[in-house]
Amino acid sequence: MKRPPSLVIFSCAIALYCLVPFLWFVMTSLKSPADVAAIPPKLITSWHWGFYQSALAQYHLLNYLVNSVIIALPTMLITVAFGALAAYAISRFQLRWTEIFLLVMLAVSMFPQIAIAGPIWTLLNRLGWLNSYAGLITVYVALNLPLAIWILTTFFRDVPAEVEEAALVDGCSRFQALFKVVLPIAAPGIFTSALLVFTAAWNEFFFALIIMTDPAVQTLPVGIALFPGEYTMPWGEIAAASTVATIPLVLLTLIFQRGIVRGLSAGAVKG
Amino acid sequence: MKDSHRSAILFLLPSFAIVAIFAILPIIDSFRVSFYRLILTLPWLGQKSVGWENYLDLWRDPVARDSLRTTMLFAGVTIPLELLLGLGMALVLNETFRGRGLLRAVVLIPWAIPTVVSAQMWRFIFNDQYGLVNFALFGADTTRYFAPLADANFALIAIMAAEIWKTTPFTALILLAGLQGISDDLYEAATVDGATQWQKFWRLTLPLLRPALLLALLFRTIDALRVFDLVFVMTQGGPADSTNVLQFYGYKKSFAEGMIGYGSAIAVTVFLLSVVLSVAYLRLLNVNQRARASR
Repeated sequence: MKRPPSLVIFSCAIALYCLVPFLWFVMTSLKSPADVAAIPPKLITSWHWGFYQSALAQYHLLNYLVNSVIIALPTMLITVAFGALAAYAISRFQLRWTEIFLLVMLAVSMFPQIAIAGPIWTLLNRLGWLNSYAGLITVYVALNLPLAIWILTTFFRDVPAEVEEAALVDGCSRFQALFKVVLPIAAPGIFTSALLVFTAAWNEFFFALIIMTDPAVQTLPVGIALFPGEYTMPWGEIAAASTVATIPLVLLTLIFQRGIVRGLSAGAVKG
Repeated sequence: MKDSHRSAILFLLPSFAIVAIFAILPIIDSFRVSFYRLILTLPWLGQKSVGWENYLDLWRDPVARDSLRTTMLFAGVTIPLELLLGLGMALVLNETFRGRGLLRAVVLIPWAIPTVVSAQMWRFIFNDQYGLVNFALFGADTTRYFAPLADANFALIAIMAAEIWKTTPFTALILLAGLQGISDDLYEAATVDGATQWQKFWRLTLPLLRPALLLALLFRTIDALRVFDLVFVMTQGGPADSTNVLQFYGYKKSFAEGMIGYGSAIAVTVFLLSVVLSVAYLRLLNVNQRARASR
């Protein structure tokens, strides 16, 4: 457990690299208007909540926040539910064509968004789903399913087949075996993929931008990207909204760090 | 056995249906539409089949050619730097020391931040008056402050910096997973044989890390080809189209100007570009793994 000095220096450099730009923005959100407008920039001299208040009162921050939750939670639940069913079939039935299905999913996850954006817009337009929660949620489920299936399959494959066979012999149906035996054992995998899907849906911008043109239904990324400002940008409010959009994710990430790293590497390396 | 096929179909159906309708059919439709003249703002013209005209226009369009060059430059600069920095980070994170768990958590923060937020954050850092970059370069000498994002020579560099900052930690985690897959026995054997640290790195770590490096390269390339959020927030493709990457140009043509047909031709081009690169990387990876398996 000895720590050579070079390691200390490198560790600190990595921590500073990851933290300083974001902490600077968080600090900006807590400054007084005079401190934000200081040229050259300076550190915070006194703490203020004013930018959070005006972001809520004048820039509809709460509206975007609620929309983001309304979109991200169902996306997470539906994606993991469908993904778990698919991953169960792929990992348990060991059929040749389910492997091909998995490869197709991998290919889909590599699509550039622009390559499907036009037809998706046209389709949603025909369904009357532009500017609707259902429309954006459906698109997000489709875009996140491949990754969820991929991660869940690697977790399900780690569940020993014997455990489940015993349940089947005891007269469980496939559905019961999935819910009573496999899911509890693969719970960390379910949890990790849920977290990754939630993060992806919370952060997504491109489809939210083209599908949600009505400010009443826009999500946080769209609200933050389209922050109005004619001559001077309202930097304090932008920083406040950005902090609000980011803090939940940073907390989730810090708390469930191990699971996320395992999920990312399951999706990345085992593939 | 028939029974298990039927069950498998039942389990896969919900996922397959939704991915087919909202991802696979749209990509096919993009190919189809790219052969039509379809303008959203002029709906009375209808859909007119024009053969390869959109692609010929794209070939002759100097903005599109610049856009392709900008995208390639963006990928060509950011990806090697991300891999290099990510490898350095992964090597540090792979050491055993107190606080390593905390550092691994901290490294996830740039990854977890929404790209739009990081775009606004970097836009503020590159600001011409309040920006830290100007302060770092010129201190209190405010007369020399400049606007990097309004300068055609610097805007792309600023976007590259924002991209590298956010994605290097993810690259590091992929490489870290690769490093952890390398057995300690190999290093011990090398130490017994009298290998130096340097030799161990070049002869052991790097060759064994090749699959992880190729995977990181694959993920980063696919992502670099679809960079959009940073450009939308930081520069809107400007100044003078100097940051007009392909996905942004396609968005502008399809959704701002309503030229769905021409936009689809751009979309298909981006798609084919990423397919070609992905297949090339996957082949390299496969060859590599087969070579290892036969050893």
